[in-house]
Amino acid sequence: MSVETYTPQAFHRQAHDALGNPQIRANFRQAMDGLMGKRRDAFGDWDVETLRELGANIRLRALAKLPDLLEQLEAKCQANGIKVHWAEDGEQACEIIRGLCEARGAKRVIKGKSMVSEEMHLNAHLEAAGIEALESDLGEYLVQLNEQTPSHIIMPAIHLNTDEISDLMHAKTGTERTRDVDYLTAAARQQLRERFMAADVGISGVNFAVAETGTLCLVENEGNGRMTTTVPPVHIAVTGIEKVVEHLRDVAPLYALLTRSATGQHVTTYFNMISGPRKPEEHDGPEEVHLVLVDNGRSAIYQDDELLDTLRCIRCGACMNHCPVYTRVGGHTYGTTYPGPIGSILMPHLQGLEATKDLPSASSLCGACGEVCPVKIPIPDLLVRLRKEAVGEGRGNVAGAGAKRNRSEVLAWKGFQWLATHPGAWRASTGIAGKLRALTPAKLGPWTDYRTAPKPAATSLHALVKRHRRDAKQEGKS
Amino acid sequence: MTPLKLYPPKPDKVYFYGTCLIDMFYPEAGLDGIRLLEREGIEVIFPFEQTCCGQPAYTSGYHDEARAVAEAQLALFPEPWPVIVPSGSCGGMMRTHYPQLFAGTERQDRARELAGRVFELTEFLVHVCHVRLADKGEPQRVAMHTSCSARREMGLADTAPALLGQLAQVTLVEQARAAECCGFGGTFAVRHPEVSAAMVEDKSQAIEAAGAEHFVTSDCGCLMNIGGRFEHQNKSLRGEHIASYLWRRTS
Ligand code: SF4
Repeated sequence: MSVETYTPQAFHRQAHDALGNPQIRANFRQAMDGLMGKRRDAFGDWDVETLRELGANIRLRALAKLPDLLEQLEAKCQANGIKVHWAEDGEQACEIIRGLCEARGAKRVIKGKSMVSEEMHLNAHLEAAGIEALESDLGEYLVQLNEQTPSHIIMPAIHLNTDEISDLMHAKTGTERTRDVDYLTAAARQQLRERFMAADVGISGVNFAVAETGTLCLVENEGNGRMTTTVPPVHIAVTGIEKVVEHLRDVAPLYALLTRSATGQHVTTYFNMISGPRKPEEHDGPEEVHLVLVDNGRSAIYQDDELLDTLRCIRCGACMNHCPVYTRVGGHTYGTTYPGPIGSILMPHLQGLEATKDLPSASSLCGACGEVCPVKIPIPDLLVRLRKEAVGEGRGNVAGAGAKRNRSEVLAWKGFQWLATHPGAWRASTGIAGKLRALTPAKLGPWTDYRTAPKPAATSLHALVKRHRRDAKQEGKS
Repeated sequence: MTPLKLYPPKPDKVYFYGTCLIDMFYPEAGLDGIRLLEREGIEVIFPFEQTCCGQPAYTSGYHDEARAVAEAQLALFPEPWPVIVPSGSCGGMMRTHYPQLFAGTERQDRARELAGRVFELTEFLVHVCHVRLADKGEPQRVAMHTSCSARREMGLADTAPALLGQLAQVTLVEQARAAECCGFGGTFAVRHPEVSAAMVEDKSQAIEAAGAEHFVTSDCGCLMNIGGRFEHQNKSLRGEHIASYLWRRTS
């Protein structure tokens, strides 16, 4: 299967293309406006700040105890009959899952939505081994039909509008061309139903893994998560190691924050709590349940006291919904599994700063992401931190640190430092365009493609104040 | 986002930190800010050695350079008087990021102490001076663009509109997506010019569509960006720093 390829290295070109595509612009603007409105309404009179504080603290506490909680989770899961597997990276996780499928002679896999599985390119891996992996989340299903990757972590097909979806389904599945969303949904549902029944293995993600009880929580709206985790004889849950929470009671506030932040829902249609395989007296449920815990760069993030905050994320997508950059360029432009603000602070750890060096700078630091993040991740501060790593001398904790360092820029900032710490020289240097040019050589160009350049004032504020004081003195004398 | 700030009684003296953009491009706005404060009976001290708060280097990731520049500014305010900054962006830098920048250094306490007495101009006029403005201008429909740093970093979404609301002849128009960034973001506009351009295009359109005859902002970065966009399109709509607008209409 050929998947349309976007890369973080080509951010600028992809942004250029997206900005010039009226359909993409309209689809994202409309969808993001809708999602922002829904979030606002969902919190209504709630004391959002107190709830966010609570959410942040729950996540911070879980991360502080992460190694212990993971051990506890493993023990509890195993006691519940869930087999636990550990994977250092995506490759290893894919191998484990492939092995589990092959052990059952599985040929057909049905998947619930899982961003971690996207992160490790599980579908391609399984297909290479002759195992068909079919996405069952409607958005993921459409994206898969379209041979694309998700453009949003919650709404994978948000870049497509109804007409485009209708055309796609018509071309790939023979449905009628229509704008009747109910018809299209029903058709997809029918197509998927048959596949659920035929699937040998179901693979899902996890929203919260509860250490105290060994329970895997899965939040969804379409019932495909429930089908994936109950119909096939084997259920494999795959998740990043950071998804663990300490207590069952921690789940309620996080769930309340997640659904309101993501889609503006008070509750989702389905909330699944998976606590083990089918018991002898039960009539349904899988015979085997596995949990694959994936590190894939997370424990490296965990080593850094500041960057650690990245791991608080509960993947609600609110930061992208509110991001003025994401809204304009869309998810594919980032060229990474996770787009938008969370992607820009997470992907550098997964792919290294060499590949992702344009992402931390793709923000005006407007702070909208940090303002809405339900677990209060200081996203703008982390973007600045990664910028620092990117232009630093390469001694930082982040892979590829120093990737963006270049001599002329270093010299320009040294020059800025000298000037700004020598007030006499600062005052003497006239003609500000000259000063700015010294900072970013030849880079004033793009500014003037869209805006008139500001004219340096004839008299600086320093000089005006001097005159103002003189006038005041004279007035005092006369 | 910002913790609740307790405001002091109106002082006799304040420091004024003009910011580099005002110094270079909009010096009148700085002077107008000084005049507004002086009219409240406050003596305004303008430390002559001030240059730039260091924010451009900070947000670009050059923290050693930013720290050196910030350190030079730290020394300018020895007395415990409030420091008034006519910019949410530079005010936010001094209030929020100076303490971060000097954390664990010997300047840490000094940075924290200074951060505690940094006020953005409109914040200070509203919450400390409790100004009363008498409008002498013609009727006008005005759009206010509050900078993202004033709005979110400093938590000051309401102070500038409150001041404009005191001007009897001014109608504040409601623009679509008022809280959305104008696309300036300092070096962002240079590193991602096309994305930035798309953002300022939407912002300027929203201001125009709201029926504004003029726009006002509390940050010169936004002013340069939005105003520059209007000018580039030969639109008659012009913008102004809020200090100038308030002074012009009430003096
Ligand atoms: S960073 Fe915050 S807002 Fe963004 S997806 Fe994660 S939890 Fe949601």
